[in-house]
Amino acid sequence: MLRAFYWLLPHPFLTLLLAVIWTLLQNEVSAGMVVVGIILGILIPWATSIWWPDTPKGFRLGRMAVYSVIVIWDILVANVRVAWIVLTVPNAKLKPAWIVVPLELVQPEAITVLAGTITLTPGTVSADLSDEGHSLLVHVLHTDDPDADLAEINNRYQRRLKEIFI
Amino acid sequence: MTVEIIAAYATALCLLGGSFFILVGVIGLLKFNDPMTRLHAPTKVGTLGIGMLLLASMIHSIVLGAVSVHEVLIMAFLFVTAPISAHFIAKIAIHGRTCDNPPPPPRDDTWSTLSIPKEGRKVAGLPDS
Repeated sequence: MLRAFYWLLPHPFLTLLLAVIWTLLQNEVSAGMVVVGIILGILIPWATSIWWPDTPKGFRLGRMAVYSVIVIWDILVANVRVAWIVLTVPNAKLKPAWIVVPLELVQPEAITVLAGTITLTPGTVSADLSDEGHSLLVHVLHTDDPDADLAEINNRYQRRLKEIFI
Repeated sequence: MTVEIIAAYATALCLLGGSFFILVGVIGLLKFNDPMTRLHAPTKVGTLGIGMLLLASMIHSIVLGAVSVHEVLIMAFLFVTAPISAHFIAKIAIHGRTCDNPPPPPRDDTWSTLSIPKEGRKVAGLPDS
């Protein structure tokens, strides 16, 4: 039964996402369009599953929603902070720094989400991954204490992502 | 009537706020003088600046009665694609050595941009050479 389910829906959340995106593209909710969206959501992951063999099995949608809210709030706060840095701190006093984040996450999807989060919150840009994928290189625009920034990334994002992708 | 007036003010406020953050992003792009710090400016424009402009568009469309939710999709696709372009610009800066050299990673040999593939070395996802 479970095998049949995964044969039909190799990526259940991708199916859901595609159906929602299709419905949003129509700009109105009607039963017919939702059905077309679900059909597309089944066909596209099924047709492309050859190129995406590893399904992230454990994924907690509820915690992901909480995480998204936290990230959006952080983007708002960090935007104001960085706007202040851009407008007030002269170039000579700017203290950019590289920080190296040791990765505890192993799934590629989880690392992608972490890198994307770091880039989206202004003030930090994820620049590179080490050759075996055990650390992430992050550039910070202006910091007095790089260790504090590293601790914030670890506590705020990496710890939560470890609970989302299990 | 009053709802429309409030919505008009909210739309105007969002437009002003969005424009302000885009302006700050452009100032940052012009002011900083090193590729990596300059990269921080577009990520700001891409998030809050565009986000507030899209919010203004949504409020406007909802009050006019023609509800439009395409803005949510624009935002979602922007959030997915903006980090990728930033990542590639950063990789180019590291590869071209136009920025300070990053510290070496603690557990692995080097950063993937700087690593030189050795003959016969197994690369994940590629068949053995």
